[in-house]
Amino acid sequence: MRLALMADIHSNREAFDACLNHAADQSAEGYVLLGDYVGYGADPAYVVDRIMDLCAKGTKAVIGNHDAAIDGDTKAMNPIAATAIQWTRDQINPAQRKFLRDLPLSVEDDGRLFVHAEATEPARFGYITNTESAARDLHDSQAPAVFCGHVHMPAIYGITATEKVMRHVPVAGVPVPLPRHRRWLVVLGSVGQPRDGNPDACYAILDTVRSEITFHRLAYDIEAAGRKILAAGLPEFLATRLFIGR
Amino acid sequence: MKASGLIAGSEVDGYTIGQRLHQGGMATLWSVNHPDIACPLLMKVPNLFEGEDPAAIVSFEMEQMILPRLTGPHMPKFYAAGDFSRQPYVVMEHVEGQSLLTHLDHLPLPVSDIAALGAEIATALDDLHGQHVVHLDIKPSNLMRRPDGRIVLIDFGLSRHDQLPDLMSEEFRLPYGTAPYMAPEQVLGVRTEPRADLFALGVLMYFFATGTRPFGDPQSLNGLKRRLWRDPPPPRALRSDIPAWLQELILRCLEVDPEARHPTAAQLAFDLRHPQGVPLTQRATKSQADNFLTVMRRRFAGDDKGRARRGSQSAQLSSAPIIVLALDLSGASDDLTDGLRQTVARLLRAAPAARLACLNVLKLARLAIDRSVDDQGQNKHAQRLGALKRWAAPLGLRDDRLTYHILEAVDPAAAILDYVARNRVDHVVIGARADSTLRTLLGSVSAQVAAHAPCTVTTVRNRSFGLDDAGSAG
Repeated sequence: MRLALMADIHSNREAFDACLNHAADQSAEGYVLLGDYVGYGADPAYVVDRIMDLCAKGTKAVIGNHDAAIDGDTKAMNPIAATAIQWTRDQINPAQRKFLRDLPLSVEDDGRLFVHAEATEPARFGYITNTESAARDLHDSQAPAVFCGHVHMPAIYGITATEKVMRHVPVAGVPVPLPRHRRWLVVLGSVGQPRDGNPDACYAILDTVRSEITFHRLAYDIEAAGRKILAAGLPEFLATRLFIGR
Repeated sequence: MKASGLIAGSEVDGYTIGQRLHQGGMATLWSVNHPDIACPLLMKVPNLFEGEDPAAIVSFEMEQMILPRLTGPHMPKFYAAGDFSRQPYVVMEHVEGQSLLTHLDHLPLPVSDIAALGAEIATALDDLHGQHVVHLDIKPSNLMRRPDGRIVLIDFGLSRHDQLPDLMSEEFRLPYGTAPYMAPEQVLGVRTEPRADLFALGVLMYFFATGTRPFGDPQSLNGLKRRLWRDPPPPRALRSDIPAWLQELILRCLEVDPEARHPTAAQLAFDLRHPQGVPLTQRATKSQADNFLTVMRRRFAGDDKGRARRGSQSAQLSSAPIIVLALDLSGASDDLTDGLRQTVARLLRAAPAARLACLNVLKLARLAIDRSVDDQGQNKHAQRLGALKRWAAPLGLRDDRLTYHILEAVDPAAAILDYVARNRVDHVVIGARADSTLRTLLGSVSAQVAAHAPCTVTTVRNRSFGLDDAGSAG
């Protein structure tokens, strides 16, 4: 089964559509969505609608911290993120709001754990940014393979034969084997707001039979996404950062 | 010691186990066959026992990751892999031919054999490096020679693929490799330097040329580190009939700083195939190992770690291309000749480690007997060589970046294409002549080269917007 994994879409319609179309071309047979569908971008209603459609057809999706903030509070957020959440609340209807609120913190499927930020304490939304945080998360969780997003920078962590953790930054288009006898923590890049210096939308396809994951980077209409952010009166920085991928 | 649950005659995923060919410390090799595969096959099975070195497992995993991604004549063809949940294995082509271990009984080898063998190995390494892999365990037993003379690299258990997770890097504190052949940076734990393979090849050539290993076979980490500051005796001190150019090339491979070695394996192969073009430096004339003081200075003032820094592998390969300039000396216009020089100069500016090979084809008549002397009694070769040198002089290139070659052939396009393929050339610059009668009849050389070269071709032509030429292709 070829599963398209998408995280941190952040109301970016153009990037999300580009990834969905590409995944279809790559004959993805299913999707798993890893949270943060809203916040930052200008198209929350469209993005949530598409996700609700996918979920109605069996797609699994987990909740991200921005999704949880719609019905919760923005205390943990920086001012720009909080402003975007305020704005988003007025853009989505009660059904969409309920959909976001009801999303689970994690989903398990055949030994694979999908979660927005970290496996051990999904509601805490901590950041896995290096081998130390990855080691902690792998050590405390039981799942053989964990897939998450949240940091907007792709990375693959693995536990080696002597319990050490190694980090690998995936190269777009190159399949990386994830042998089943080892444990893996895969951090997806961001669909709608990449921050690894590459502005292209990022998602991955997991081949569950071959146990192989391929990251993809896609150019999309950044200008359109950026213009809409400015037109909505959202902070300018949210538009400019899309162009540089930071 | 039993290697695994496998026995001759049993079957794994359709592969019938045959004879056990080799029982090594890390893995066992079986001859296997499959009803759908005609060529001889080899199954490699890791030794998985309690108390086994975890390196055996990890290096097997690395090979399982890397081998399926390799292609071409210098790698064993991959067929299948088995999961660790049942029976881990890889099935690959059983390469015909012998490993270079067989040469060890006949050392030292003749000089011409060493150069030819070294060039074949360097060509195989260039192929491997181009596929994002550093071998890191180049030695006679990991090099197979096919009956046609081409080298096949085997055993990727210590290799590093620059686009895949490196399971070896975090696993072990000690460097893994084979003591006599390991590059200094590898001793320090660097696993991303393709020129480490050139160092190992230098050790091999030194050994094959003199019968002595340049750094012995040290058994301790301290012994291994000695090569960071202690240089070996120059090969000519051990065997006087080794030519200066071969000593130059071997000692350049053995440079402690990877930056001082050839930038790419393709450039080393090129030099081994064109000894007359190798610029000789102090390495060539060195008659003994460095004196005590020099060695001590190197030992205590050196910045070993700094020497081991490097950028990405692909960036390095692409900054050191081999560029061929094919120059037609028979009546090409000055404008065209200048245009070619400008194009080449631009390419060289963009790639500071590039090297330029200037080619001219001396066309032979198909039937008549050719004379190498023209009507005025002048040697055609020497004339053409002089013309090539005059053409290249304004470029102001150093000798080690520039070579000249006169090819003799009936079919110039075929000769250029053959040269390009043999020397793994990255870029051809060729001029297109303006006159058209001959070209229409015979097909132009530049068009044939552009159509069939396995690399980038830049065709340079004079700008002409005359009505007659509109739409014509060179």
